Amino acid sequence: MKRIVYREWLVQPQRYWGLLAILAALVAVGGLSALYMEHEGHWVTGMTNSVVWGTPHVFAVFLIIAASGALNVASIGTVFDKKAYKPLARLSGLLAVALLIGGLLVLVLDLGRPDRLLVAMTTYNFSSIFAWNIFLYSGFAAIVIGYLWTMAERKGNHLQKPVGTFAFLWRLALTTGTGSIFGFLVGREAYDAAILAPMFVVMSFAYGLAVYMLVLFYTFDADGRPIGPAMLKRLRNLLGLFVAAILYFTLVYHLTKLYGAKHSDIEAFILINGGLYSAMFWVGWILIGGLLPLGIIYHPELNQQRDWITTACALVIVGGFAAMYVIIVGSQAYPQEMFPGHNVIQFGAPGDVGGRIAPYSPSLPEILLGIGGVGIALLITAVGVRVLQFLPESLADRDVDPHASARPAA
Amino acid sequence: MNHETESMNQGRRDFLGAAAGVSAAAVAPGMFLHTPVANAAARTEPVTDMHRWGLLVDTSKCADGCTACVDACDTENGLNLQSKPLGDDKLKWQNQRSTWIRKVKLQDNLTGNVTNLPLMCQHCEHPPCVDVCPTGASFKRADGIVMVDRHTCIGCRYCMMACPYKARSFIHEQVDQKLTRAPRGKGCVESCTFCVHRLDSGDISTACADACSAEGHQALVFGDLKDPTGPLRQALAKAPSRQIRQDLGLNTGVRYTGL
Repeated sequence: MKRIVYREWLVQPQRYWGLLAILAALVAVGGLSALYMEHEGHWVTGMTNSVVWGTPHVFAVFLIIAASGALNVASIGTVFDKKAYKPLARLSGLLAVALLIGGLLVLVLDLGRPDRLLVAMTTYNFSSIFAWNIFLYSGFAAIVIGYLWTMAERKGNHLQKPVGTFAFLWRLALTTGTGSIFGFLVGREAYDAAILAPMFVVMSFAYGLAVYMLVLFYTFDADGRPIGPAMLKRLRNLLGLFVAAILYFTLVYHLTKLYGAKHSDIEAFILINGGLYSAMFWVGWILIGGLLPLGIIYHPELNQQRDWITTACALVIVGGFAAMYVIIVGSQAYPQEMFPGHNVIQFGAPGDVGGRIAPYSPSLPEILLGIGGVGIALLITAVGVRVLQFLPESLADRDVDPHASARPAA
Repeated sequence: MNHETESMNQGRRDFLGAAAGVSAAAVAPGMFLHTPVANAAARTEPVTDMHRWGLLVDTSKCADGCTACVDACDTENGLNLQSKPLGDDKLKWQNQRSTWIRKVKLQDNLTGNVTNLPLMCQHCEHPPCVDVCPTGASFKRADGIVMVDRHTCIGCRYCMMACPYKARSFIHEQVDQKLTRAPRGKGCVESCTFCVHRLDSGDISTACADACSAEGHQALVFGDLKDPTGPLRQALAKAPSRQIRQDLGLNTGVRYTGL
């Protein structure tokens, strides 16, 4: 194997500054939206006392789990000694940190009192999974930065394996923690399931890899770096495996819920008569995020073409947002069942929802805040690859895998 | 010069003396007025677990269409001072305004029997809202009252996700008017406090229970769950009662009969 050479992203300046300007505009608009929401209060959002977490959480949770998933590519190289993945590791670490920062910013700016962040960082209640997550998230960022250092600095190379292994275990804990935010909520029918934690881990694998692949393809295309067909096949097949695993976990989650009679109503809501939420489940989560990408990835001809693989990645991401929307918003819209065997005729003042589906429609500032989070993640990535040596010069098969020529390409 | 200074000092002394006298005159009646009513130590010393405050709702006495408890709570805790932000949708505002008690009307799916009941924070012994709060702002007092510390609440709304009773409200709007006894601020979460300001000044009552009695329904009995001879325990002894979502094992402070 040749020595891997890393180079700053050498895209043309006009294109680079154009990209930065677009991303900076997204971040600015997101920031202004947050200011507006903070100034006016949350009444300007679609959120209510029934749907308390709205679109910002959809973006934030997606970005956070994608962050831990993006690190997987590095882990496969370091922890599982797959040499072919080693050149991919630096970008993997950078994306992980960037996505995490984007997600956390959205989460923090959607707080009722974002000005009290310091309180959150100094006053802890350790029976709260949220408090644990504050450590898991900030620790993740610190560990991954250390991990990047072991990759980039020759003196730190010997620490790469232990630090990489630690980062891998940490990211598993992190996503388990994120899944548990929902999994431990006993009072809501759709949650209260331990399987949500491993399901979030598997989702993170897929979403993180899909984001990683898109960023990799874009940056490599932009300054003409090659990606070999064997490398493409590897990444594509890995994505297929993760997407299939999501479908499997989704199936088990719903089968478990369907088995108990007391959950049949919420299941009927999500799967059949939930209107937008059922549509998002079947069309977004299952079809767009699952079956279509799988169809492309395992199609003998389409899977040879970079454009189709790119499409599959984009579909996985769209499906991921749909899945987050169903899990986070759909599950809150469904009324909490407090009186089994009874029909709730009235719940508070007229208009106050109790026994009925809570209405929720995302407002523009919420959506813009979420997009701002995506913008900041991509902005950090774009600056990172430009000023530091994150990207390998070539992912051509002969440069990555010494035995590439001995094997058929795909 | 010295003489001038001396006379100025004298003037200052006179003023301070007069001010002290006026202050004493202003404060003293308050002290005298409050001392006999209040358990004077209660406000300065931490609450203890000698009491556990609770409420019994007799649903058979809870009248259809009556909202006395809700109205009393609104007035007592300044909830009636909330105003819909200009431009907010009317229906959305119904789900955004803070609500501490709800009148709930249920119909049994099999028998068709209709039941009315007030639903508020159930003041659990093992409150899920307290478990999930990252900063510990959501807390349970030694006397069983579950509250929110408005100084440490960051408005993450995780407690609202965790509450099985939908008892908590988030303040979605800028608050212009509020009562000293029930402070309220944009971006924090709140819920029923069992009229803690009354308890802390020695008045063992809640606005909802008082209003229900005043209407002649007597559907609400407030008291100490730990006092075997008190009115609450005696009422509990008379008829079987249950907790809403009893399956969760939260050991709520609010109990219901006839449900």
